[in-house]
Parts: sequence; C-alpha cells; structure tokens
Amino acid sequence: MADQAAVTGRLRVLVVDDEPGMCRGVARALERFAVPEPDLGLTVSFSVAQAASGEEALAMMAQGLPDLLLLDHKLPGISGIEVLERLPAGEHDLQTIMITAYASLETAVTAIKRGAYDFLPKPFTPDELRAVVRKAAHAVVLARQARQLAAEKRQVRFQFISVLGHELKAPLGAIEGYLRIMRDRAAGSELAAYDEAVARSLVRADQMRKLIEDLLQLTRIESGQRARTLAPTDAMAVLRAAAETVQPDAQARGISVTLAGPVTLPVLADATELEIIANNLLTNAVKYNRDGGTVTATLASAAPGLTLTVADTGIGMTAEETARLFGEFVRMRNAKTKHILGSGLGLSIVKKLAELNGGSVTVASTPDAGTTVTVALALPAAG
Amino acid sequence: MSEAKAKRHQGTLLVADDDDDYRLQLVLQLQREGFRVLEADSAQAAEALLQRETIDLAIVDVVMENWDSGFTLCYHIKQKNPRTPVIMVTAVSSETGIDIDAATDEERSWVKADVLFAKPVRFEQLLNQIEHFLHG
Repeated sequence: MADQAAVTGRLRVLVVDDEPGMCRGVARALERFAVPEPDLGLTVSFSVAQAASGEEALAMMAQGLPDLLLLDHKLPGISGIEVLERLPAGEHDLQTIMITAYASLETAVTAIKRGAYDFLPKPFTPDELRAVVRKAAHAVVLARQARQLAAEKRQVRFQFISVLGHELKAPLGAIEGYLRIMRDRAAGSELAAYDEAVARSLVRADQMRKLIEDLLQLTRIESGQRARTLAPTDAMAVLRAAAETVQPDAQARGISVTLAGPVTLPVLADATELEIIANNLLTNAVKYNRDGGTVTATLASAAPGLTLTVADTGIGMTAEETARLFGEFVRMRNAKTKHILGSGLGLSIVKKLAELNGGSVTVASTPDAGTTVTVALALPAAG
Repeated sequence: MSEAKAKRHQGTLLVADDDDDYRLQLVLQLQREGFRVLEADSAQAAEALLQRETIDLAIVDVVMENWDSGFTLCYHIKQKNPRTPVIMVTAVSSETGIDIDAATDEERSWVKADVLFAKPVRFEQLLNQIEHFLHG
C-alpha cells in the first residue's frame, strides 16, 4: 500500500470524530484537494475514511495504517491521546493531526509529546484544515522518500559486500587448497612437483591484492577522502608513462601500443587521477586484446579539457555486455575472459574519476573486433 | 599419507574442469596416488583427448564453456564405452542454488553420470568413489 501511494501520490486519511457532520466535512474539504510536490514530481491527493470512536479507529488501523490521522481528542470511549499511545510502534510514515475542541494548549502539548505532528483547534474552516493537512502531507511524503532511499542504499551496500566476499573467498580457497597439498606432501617428496602449485598460489594472491588495492582506491575516491591537488600537468607525459607500464605485458603477447597526440598537452589536473585513468584503460586494452593485436591511445585537447581514446583489437563485447560494464565487480565472464584476471573495479574507478572531473566515459565495442573507450575530462588548460 | 600408501593405483583418469586451481589440485593428488591423469580445461579439449586416448574413468565438471558442457561430454564418453565410469562434480548448487542430483533412476537416466558430487568435494570421498568404480 505504501509503495502504491508513493507512485500515485494518493494519501490515505483516517478521520476519527464522533460527530458525523465533522467527518463528512473533512471528507468534503479534502475530496478535491491536491498538493503539488514538484520536487518529487507528483501531486498528492487524498482518500478519506472515517471512524466514530477511538476503538473503531484502532481496529481499522490494525488492518493497515493510514498516512494521515485526523484525531479528535474528545471521543466517547477512549480519548484521542490514548489512541495515540496505542498506535503500533515501528517504522511507518503516519502523521497525526490532533483536533482539540477547546484549543487547549495543554492538550496540544500532550498530543505532540505523544507523537502527534500538529494540532487543529475546533472550530476550523476548510482552508485552515487544508493548510494543516498540506504541511503534514509534505512531511509524510518526505519521510517516505527518505526511507525508500535509505533502503535502496542498504540494498546496494549489501550486494556490494556479498559480491566482495565472494570475490575474496575464491582466491583464498584456491591458495588454501595448494597449502594443504603441500602440507600433506600430496604430490610426493619431489619439491619440483609443487612448482606449479606455488606459482598458481602467487597468481591468486596477486589477484587478491589487486582487488583489495582497487577497492581501497575506489573507497577513497567515493568518500572524497583522497586529497586532490590540481596542478599544471602534462597529460601526454602521463599517457607515455602509462604506456611504459603496460609495455612488458604487451610485448610478451606481441601487442603493439601506439600513442597519438600533441607533443605536450598541459592541463590543470590531479596528476594521480590522470595516471589511474590512463593505467586502467591501457591495462584493459592489453588484457582483453588478442595476441599480436594493437592498442591505440589518442589524446586530444577539447573545449574544455581533454579526451583520451583507447582502442584495442581484442575480444570485444556484445551490446548487452557493454550495457552492464560499469557495474561494480562486473567482469565479463565467458570462455574468452576465463584466463584473464581482473578485480572488476577498474572501470568503476575510471568512471568515478571522470565524473569528479566533470567528464564522462563512453564505450563502443564489437565482439571479436575490439573495444574503444573514450574518457572526456573537463579540465582547464594550463600554461 | 605415508610413502608406502602412495602409488598404489593404476589406470588412466580424465579430469575435465575449467577451474584451473581445482583441476591442478586434483591432478596433483591423483598423480600422487599413482594414477596417470589426463587434463582438459574444456569439454572441447577433453573430446580431443578422447580421440586418441583410452581412459578408465572420468571426472567431469558440469559447467565449462557452456552451462551443460559436462553433460554433453559425459554422453560422448558413455557413447564411446558405456562401461567407463563418470564422476560429475559441480559448483552449480553452491553458486546458484539450483539442485542437480542423480539420486533417482529417472535423474540418472538423463544425467548419464554414475555419480554426482557438489563442490567442494573432499579428496578422500572422491578417491573412495574412484576405488569403488575401478575395483568394485
């Protein structure tokens, strides 16, 4: 019911008053009343239910809480204050407006202490009623939205942590398996028989370290804890350094890395951020390339800032895979990527950094032909 | 495990599994038991091995290049020699919650494998099963 109301913007009102005329009056006043909430992109309207006593109201609310409760203090059985006290505890967005017959300040204070949102002194005009309801409705809608956002955030965080746990457990499990084999001398007494087990353990430990490093980097960027230093930086020099870093891996697989761009490209930027972006893109372009392929990195100045385009001749991705690419821990798992190790966080990091620099990341890819990643950064020119 | 106990087995086993670490660990332990072990990291590689080798038993992962690669491979092994025992292992249950079991005759009739284990499998359990199949 709450979700339905969030979509349609229709709030359920329960009026509790022993005077039938009063209940009808409230229903009429709210029937065609609409409260625009432009920030939330909806218009709130109201459906009104009625109860003649506190007992009846509590029975109705046991079946499902309304969003707004218009509660008369003076009722034939239990009082309005008692109704407030018997409302179920727990997470809900219910707001109560206390209706007091004698505008007695004492009753109003007591009601608000018991959790009422506002009070309305009798007698009141339809306009006075609508003014109070408008305020309370706004509070209901805001509280509901805040709760939905918090739930979504919790869900995202929960998913992130479960995937992270799985990603850390897998290499650890493999390493433990090898250690047990060594402890039990399960491959015999020849030391050489364990060479492969040791080599694989180191590969998996390395993978785990890379994952943790990327994770820390991503967390630092996201939390804004990483100190940013904007200084005159030659983006071309950063790209050359990144190319040198991937050179050994590229050479080992006969992949040629070509750079294109001006001799120097001075910008005002955080050099480390540029390095992380360039390293990630070039590393991916080599990792997901075919043996003997090429990587072409093109740096160009743009107004404002720069674009870095890295194209490979690798395994490429389908449109569906490309669409999922920026999710955390998303690694394209298929026969082609089985032997390629990665944390699945690289492109998330690149995207966060691009956004931090007022830029964007775009990807174009064709299966078995290659992938082109373009990072645009809105950086002021320097020097 | 004592040296005396080691190398007590004979026979050629096929291990088909695309998890490099799981396969290597299994191979190391099986070799230590005296088996001759053929390794394949895909059903395709396994089929190629079967063209030129005769095996006494196969240990086959269900999900390799495709989600059902292991089933197809198992079918071909049985086609070549219906008496070759096939042990299937799978991480499918623990990763997806899908239960694959060969407990009933009906299930065995389409799974084709002689036994199905969920990963992680204890090596002793696997070895007992192999001994049972090879020596009755």
